[in-house]
Amino acid sequence: MDIQEKIRAQVSANPVVLYMKGTPQFPQCGFSGMAAQILKACGAEYVAVDVLTDPELREGIKIYANWPTIPQLYISGEFVGGADIMRELYESNELQEMLSQAA
Amino acid sequence: MPDSEQIKNLIAQALPCEFLEVRGEDGVHFEAVVVSAAFAGKNKVQQHQLVYRALGDRMKQEIHALSLRTFTPEAWAAINV
Repeated sequence: MDIQEKIRAQVSANPVVLYMKGTPQFPQCGFSGMAAQILKACGAEYVAVDVLTDPELREGIKIYANWPTIPQLYISGEFVGGADIMRELYESNELQEMLSQAA
Repeated sequence: MPDSEQIKNLIAQALPCEFLEVRGEDGVHFEAVVVSAAFAGKNKVQQHQLVYRALGDRMKQEIHALSLRTFTPEAWAAINV
C-alpha cells in the first residue's frame, strides 16, 4: 500500500482525523497547537497523527489534500481545512455541527 | 526571504482582487486578507487553494505560516457594513 492509499484508509476508517506536528499534549507548532485546542474546545473525539514521526506521510498528506501546510483536519474522510479554516468554522459554529455529524 | 510586498504582488498578479492586504514583519509569519470575485461559488478550502496556487512553489519552501482570510466581494461587503 503506498502512502496515498494509507492516508485514504486512515481518513476513511476514522470519523475525525487531525494530521499535526507533535501531539495534542505536546504540539510542535503553533498552528497545530491551535487546531488541537479548537477540537478540545468542541469536546471532539479524534485521532491525532504526528506527521513529524513519518517524513513520507508529512509530504504525502500535502499531495493528498492538495494543501501545502500542516495541520490538516479530516471529517468523515473529507479534508475540512487547516488552522485558519478550522478557526473560522469554529467561530461560526459550523465545525461543531460537522463534528456532531461525523461518521 | 519573502516580504509581504512580494507576496502581495504574487497574489495580485494571479487573482483580480477587490481588496488585498498582506501583513507580516518577521519574514516567516504573514497574514493576508484577499477579496476576489474569483472565489465566487468556491468553498473556503478551494478559495485558499487558489491563493496557494498564485504563490506557487514559493509557498512550499519559504512561507511556512501564511494565515489566510478569503472573501467574495459580497461576503466582504457584508462584514464591512
